[in-house]
Amino acid sequence: MEVFVQQLINGITLGSIYGLIAIGYTMVFGIIGMVNFAHGDVFMVSSFIALIALLILTTWLGMASVALALLIVLIVAMVFTSLVNWVIERVAYRPLRGSFRLAPLISAIGMSIFLSNFVQVTQGPRNKSVPPLLQDVIVIMEGNGYDVTISYRQLIIWSITAVLLAAFWYLVSKTSLGRAQRACEQDQKMAALVGVDVDRTISITFVIGAALAAVAGTMYLMYYGVVNFSDGFVPGIKAFTAAVLGGIGSLPGAVIGGILIGLIETMWSAYFSIDYKDVAAFSILAITLIFLPQGLLGRPEVEKV
Amino acid sequence: MTAGPAAPVLRVEHLTMRFGGLVAVDDLSFAAARGGITALIGPNGAGKTTVFNCITGFYKPTEGRIALAHGDGAIWDEVDTLTDRGTRSLHRGGEALFLLERMPDYLVTQQARVARTFQNIRLFTGMTVFENMLVAQHNTLMVSSGYTLIGVLAPHIYGRAEKAAVEKARYWLEQTDLLERADDPAGDLPYGAQRRLEIARAMCTDPVLLCLDEPAAGLNPRESHQLNELLLSIRREHTTSILLIEHDMSVVMQISDHVVVLDYGVKISDGTPEAVRNDQKVVAAYLGVEDEEVAKVEAEVGL
Amino acid sequence: MAVAAPDTALPHTAARANLAHALKDAAITALISFALLLPLIGFKTVQNMRNELELETRIPLLLAIVAIITAARLFGSLVIEPWRERRALRPHAEDARLTALKTTFANWFTPFAMGFVLVYPLIIMVFFPQGALKWIDNFGIQILIYIMLGWGLNIVVGLAGLLDLGYVAFYAVGSYAYALLAKEFGLSFWILLPLAGILSAFWGVLLGFPVLRLRGDYLAIVTLAFGEIIRLILINWVSFTGGYAGVSGIPRPTLFGIPFNATEQGFAATFGLEFNPIHRTLFLYYVILALGLVTAYVTIRLRQLPVGRAWEALREDEIACRSLGINTTNTKLTAFAMGAMFAGFAGSFFAARQGFISPESFTFLESATILSIVVLGGMGSMIGVAVAAVVMIGGTEIMRELDFLKYIFGNDFDPTQYRMLIFGFAMVLIMIWKPRGLVGTREPSAFYKERRTILGSHVKEGHG
Ligand SMILES: Nc1ncnc2c1ncn2[C@@H]1O[C@H](COP(=O)(O)OP(=O)(O)OP(=O)(O)O)[C@@H](O)[C@H]1O
Ligand SMILES: [Mg+2]
Repeated sequence: MEVFVQQLINGITLGSIYGLIAIGYTMVFGIIGMVNFAHGDVFMVSSFIALIALLILTTWLGMASVALALLIVLIVAMVFTSLVNWVIERVAYRPLRGSFRLAPLISAIGMSIFLSNFVQVTQGPRNKSVPPLLQDVIVIMEGNGYDVTISYRQLIIWSITAVLLAAFWYLVSKTSLGRAQRACEQDQKMAALVGVDVDRTISITFVIGAALAAVAGTMYLMYYGVVNFSDGFVPGIKAFTAAVLGGIGSLPGAVIGGILIGLIETMWSAYFSIDYKDVAAFSILAITLIFLPQGLLGRPEVEKV
Repeated sequence: MTAGPAAPVLRVEHLTMRFGGLVAVDDLSFAAARGGITALIGPNGAGKTTVFNCITGFYKPTEGRIALAHGDGAIWDEVDTLTDRGTRSLHRGGEALFLLERMPDYLVTQQARVARTFQNIRLFTGMTVFENMLVAQHNTLMVSSGYTLIGVLAPHIYGRAEKAAVEKARYWLEQTDLLERADDPAGDLPYGAQRRLEIARAMCTDPVLLCLDEPAAGLNPRESHQLNELLLSIRREHTTSILLIEHDMSVVMQISDHVVVLDYGVKISDGTPEAVRNDQKVVAAYLGVEDEEVAKVEAEVGL
Repeated sequence: MAVAAPDTALPHTAARANLAHALKDAAITALISFALLLPLIGFKTVQNMRNELELETRIPLLLAIVAIITAARLFGSLVIEPWRERRALRPHAEDARLTALKTTFANWFTPFAMGFVLVYPLIIMVFFPQGALKWIDNFGIQILIYIMLGWGLNIVVGLAGLLDLGYVAFYAVGSYAYALLAKEFGLSFWILLPLAGILSAFWGVLLGFPVLRLRGDYLAIVTLAFGEIIRLILINWVSFTGGYAGVSGIPRPTLFGIPFNATEQGFAATFGLEFNPIHRTLFLYYVILALGLVTAYVTIRLRQLPVGRAWEALREDEIACRSLGINTTNTKLTAFAMGAMFAGFAGSFFAARQGFISPESFTFLESATILSIVVLGGMGSMIGVAVAAVVMIGGTEIMRELDFLKYIFGNDFDPTQYRMLIFGFAMVLIMIWKPRGLVGTREPSAFYKERRTILGSHVKEGHG
């Protein structure tokens, strides 16, 4: 029982990170119908940006307040990662919009290879670890010899995720930007005809996706305390699995899917075999797509003849 | 030809198709005469294409029976036996009976020999006109290529078998006046020619029943006239029966032997072109009169 | 740019407006690239003695790169763009001589390329006798393996229009099938080669069956998942596959039982030659060349048969296929199985050539590379795929050979580091340059009177 509750807490934390990345996949897929393969690597880049910002604040400026430092790191990572994704969209995807379907996919795969190797070349291939932050934990359940704890880090991750999701939800459902996005999803030509700036809307979608990935990247760094240039691929795939599981195109679906994937992963590791935890995640992806291609919250696709 | 006009090629009975709450086709029954041209007409959204999709196996009807007979129709007396038996088809002598609602789409064409065209033309645009015609003969060619094995190992044997397919393609391209353009990509053809190619391609499957979804849509009067000639020649020279969805009344009235009218999924009229033309309900449905007025008109015609 | 209008009356104002515009553009580019590169190039994280991370700055490098980007942008908007606009304004009538030249080139390219690959090892041995082993192995054999893989995947993606991101799984199945069966039962390469192909095809059908009704990107993702699952199983099922350590000591192929080694029974001794490792390399080169030619022959034949034509029809319009009585599930499965089979052949050859395999060789990057070869080549075009394989694989291999750059950038400079970086960026650039690949046209599989090439714009790319 204690193990279960502990894994539940860990799983939700991990799932929040996946969910935040998954939103980027889902939004881009919704609006331009493309699997943005480079998104996992954008997440990894954001982790590195956060790492560098953190080092500047702590080792150079000697900032003492961890909370303030984290806040600044978060904002810096969001701003720079957004810029990165904005440029990627301009350079690698926009010229291919409306062309051959596979071209943007290959371009995205190329971008993904480029980004991870760029980080490898500029920052080196070794793991980068930072001293653990906010190690304090709160014991919430005392069992015989096994305490269920929740750390400040986890609490921070949960609350930041919740706040950002609320803000994000407001942005896409209540503002004119959200309306423009939905219009572009339905029909880009028509949206352009009625005065929606399609290019700008798509750019903003990439920027928002990157900002949320940067939040995930910062939290990933804070949670695990280590990043590597190759850390984009697997979390990226898992986040994509989350997006698919929740129903691609559906924003609440992405979050729910993320948390489910996080839970499955931690539970699987705890009760079955840690070696096969990624196999479990990929199998779920395959099984979902085969039996429930529209995901949990997506709309089924009708084949009109 | 013993059974005469009483033995239809296709019988649709109590066909109902629901999409969620929407009843696209509601308890529709009609028959298509062997060797004849049956027209299915009705205002936009009446459910005509849905009926086609049910017949050709693309949709699984919610309810109803769709039966098709090969041969002169004597086998119709077995239709209830077949229905009870729960299988797809029944063969007797040279005749056969199929329950189309039980068959997947490709078998409807392959075994029951029902071919169709689409309202929004579906050609293989990146392949040549000639290639389109060969794809349509896939199943026969598959057999002659020994399911590919002979084709790879002994190309010359397959080459001989392919001759017949080329000849059939040539025949139908000639009939549809497309032979000149045989080696052009299908996507390069003008609209009217694309419509004709779709018909030619469908005829390459040797259909017993040819279902045409608005073949005259987008044609100019001259092309529309050519289409009439083509359909009449198919009826005259081949054993193919035709089921036709059409909005163009000049086509419907001139060539069809029998017209079925749908409105909101319900059959509102069924008869010869003249009878249907003079049917007040049909006029009301097409002119889209207000509901009360329909009631009034219907009262007038005694319904 | 509105100023491009041909207002000859005021050329100076136009030119000046142009310049101002270009400068503003360059300034914005400079700013953006500075901000973009500041975190990752401006700073470098390094570990100090106590294993703590520290920051170093690389401001001069950052500024240099920003300057290069800005200059390139300025050059682009001042020189290249006006040149392109002028070219666009010129009448399009293509030079007759140029057209004739192009046709001659197209007609002679295939026979020439064929002749070249046949004599390539001999040329190398005559002109570069010292590095011959490396040049035949790293370039010749390596590229031929990718050409074969590209042709195999081309059946699935290029012809049938099914997007497969897990193709490497079948390559892995072929490799491990050969490695394990050869080690366990001592069967020879020539028996195991077809067996590995059949096994891969079987896996293709097995994996294909549940997923082939999915459409488009969903199919791509499931195949990606399957590819990863197979790799993870190879890693984790240590007792069977050796895990990360892989399988080593795989028997090498023999020439009808004659091994390529320095023993009495060896090839050199048998034929009275002096032992030289290049004999085996030459043998392997011609084996993979033969396998590639078989792949090409079978694919070309299949395209002219009903199956192959049905694959292409499926790519064009699946619903129309069904309306013509084609069993699309079977058709897709045959494409999947065919592609998988060729991957299986290539895989068992790979294992036999390396003598050692591990899951490292079967990562997603491999699938992505093969797919990009197919797309860059031009979907469905075998020549295009071959050329793309030469460019992509040859290109990245060449980058291992750029040691001379050390003289320019100093000894710390390691050009191989930049291989994948450039590889990734090249993928993006080539897609932007030619989204339909190098060969954008389609050759019809049959013709009535004359063969006419079909423009790429008519050809569809498939949805599933
Ligand atoms: N796959 C589907 N899912 C949901 N509703 C459908 C589907 N196919 C058809 N419908 C609905 O069924 C109704 C009948 O459509 P159908 O296409 O059969 O009309 P139609 O008579 O062919 O019209 P038109 O003359 O415009 O072609 C319409 O309201 C349509 O929206
Ligand atoms: Mg219709």
